[in-house]
Amino acid sequence: MQVSYKQPDEHGYYGEFGGAFIPEMLYRNVEELRENYLKIIADPSFQKEYTLLLADFAGRPTPLYYAGRLSEKYGTNVYLKREDLCHTGAHKVNNTIGQILVAERLGKKRIIAETGAGQHGVATATVCALKGLECVVYMGEKDIERQAPNVARMKMLGASVVPAKSGSKTLKDATNEAIRDWINNPNDTFYIIGSVVGPHPYPDMVARFQSVISKEIRAQLKEKTGTELPTAVMACVGGGSNAAGAFYHFLDEPSVDIIAVEAAGCGIDTDKSAAATQLGKPGVLHGSRSYLMQTEDGQVEEPYSISAGLDYPGIGPMHANLFVTGRGRFLNATDKEALQAAFELAKLEGIIPALESAHALAALNKLKYTANDTLVICLSGRGDKDMDTYMREMKNY
Amino acid sequence: MSRLKQLFEQKSENILNIYCTAGYPALNSTIPVMKALQESGADIIELGIPYSDPLADGETIQNSSVVALRNGMTIAGLFEQLQTMRTRISIPVILMGNINPVLLYGFERFCKDAATVGVDGLIIPDLPPYEFEITYKTVVEKYGLDFIFLVTPETSEERVRRLDALSSGFLYAVSSSSTTGRDKDFSAVEKYLERLKSYQLKNPILVGFGIKDHETFSRAARHSNGAIIGSAFIKALEGQADVAAVSRNFVKAVLN
Repeated sequence: MQVSYKQPDEHGYYGEFGGAFIPEMLYRNVEELRENYLKIIADPSFQKEYTLLLADFAGRPTPLYYAGRLSEKYGTNVYLKREDLCHTGAHKVNNTIGQILVAERLGKKRIIAETGAGQHGVATATVCALKGLECVVYMGEKDIERQAPNVARMKMLGASVVPAKSGSKTLKDATNEAIRDWINNPNDTFYIIGSVVGPHPYPDMVARFQSVISKEIRAQLKEKTGTELPTAVMACVGGGSNAAGAFYHFLDEPSVDIIAVEAAGCGIDTDKSAAATQLGKPGVLHGSRSYLMQTEDGQVEEPYSISAGLDYPGIGPMHANLFVTGRGRFLNATDKEALQAAFELAKLEGIIPALESAHALAALNKLKYTANDTLVICLSGRGDKDMDTYMREMKNY
Repeated sequence: MSRLKQLFEQKSENILNIYCTAGYPALNSTIPVMKALQESGADIIELGIPYSDPLADGETIQNSSVVALRNGMTIAGLFEQLQTMRTRISIPVILMGNINPVLLYGFERFCKDAATVGVDGLIIPDLPPYEFEITYKTVVEKYGLDFIFLVTPETSEERVRRLDALSSGFLYAVSSSSTTGRDKDFSAVEKYLERLKSYQLKNPILVGFGIKDHETFSRAARHSNGAIIGSAFIKALEGQADVAAVSRNFVKAVLN
């Protein structure tokens, strides 16, 4: 029986997805975290520090902005949850603040992380600087090239950026390298995972830290519209942390339509895509069972998206459960559709979104809503880091 | 009686288990390598199934997987190659792989095909005991395969005992918490092996990770039933055409 879509069972399963598929070398680290994370998070001193840092350091609550001109164009009511206004430029910092406080309470001295677009790497480097902890960020060699400003930011914040040179040289390979580092440094190192992926309890822990997004949306909607529940909540999904955060407090509200948008890259019928629910099958990667793009022989496929943050061959197990149970609707947007949506938002609302968030915005074109509907779109990050791509594409839009 | 059990009944010391990646260095080198290993005195062969995203492997073994995959090695292809294995190989053969390709192949189909070609046991490092117990144990037992768990110096006594109880064939003692192919501080390894010995477990213990030559093999074997060599052997095979000669020389150098 499905108890709640929000939380996994004691073994970390959301329905048939999740778990902790890890070699014994990682067992103690993961078990230490599993045994302690709920106690640590529930501790009043943790909550006090977390809440204070979210408010004064990260800049929460982020606004829930009524996008008037966008609403007019689509004939409905569109609200944007402005995670782009968070410190460091994206929702990622909600989670890294939470995890650094957990790491500190576990007595860890060294922090490792993986990053795709660099947003999670920057957010991790930021909180490590805040806490004076050593920080090593693994980033695919290809992503290092295409996200140079974020690499510079991480370095300025004192982090070492280590290129992942294996496989597709993107996010999945950076994750492999980070996990290997953790295996080799089991005692003093804490691994801050940036999405709702990885072995249990990471998907649950990250979702809890990101759930501040939907908690705020409910309160802000109530204030602005008189009701806490929108018609639909939309978010982009790579691993799916901003989506998990935006959906969290609506998952057990059946009236709210949950809409996840994956990166279709050049199209799901091409070999350059990252739409894991459409192109994947159930499989195990990075410690949990979920949906995974893989060959007929079970080798992980190299995904593609114009957005480095969505360039991941799987999704988090919570999302896989939403997909197979039908609780969430999974759409996808191509590179072109995302670019179109990004330029549209810039021109209509004066907001330049991250390429990742632009995928969620692109869903507006794919659905029909009425003037009575209320849509909330999670604007997960700002587009500063993507300016090279936008400059290259500007003439086309 | 399983081949592993038989082996350990006949010989309880200095067991040499050599790891090689199936399809490395060439697609068809698997059987010639195995044959040469057996002829020169290896006791067990651990065949690695190449995978695109291994977690516990160091650079050397991962690179061998990349080469093997590029060579076209697949699970189905491996079983094809192993079909007549038992006409030439009499020592125990274990398959080592990551869970994802095995699941996609079909866990039961995998066990059935492994047993059919004469494989003796499985090592799937990212299949933890919880998943094994609730889902996969009965399938492994149905096909008469041994299943070998890993323990590390960080594994508690209680958990070592649980993993020992779930394992058959032998228990794989990872010499220190690390990926494969890294050098170790051996005195710490020796203390850890003595601790394992004091638990008086039901399974023999083979030590892996960081064993690379005669000296490290002898030291590890002094405190256990034997050891597993992987990365050092893969390095020796790299770029070699006469894999049989390389394999023979490697095993001889380790044993003498």
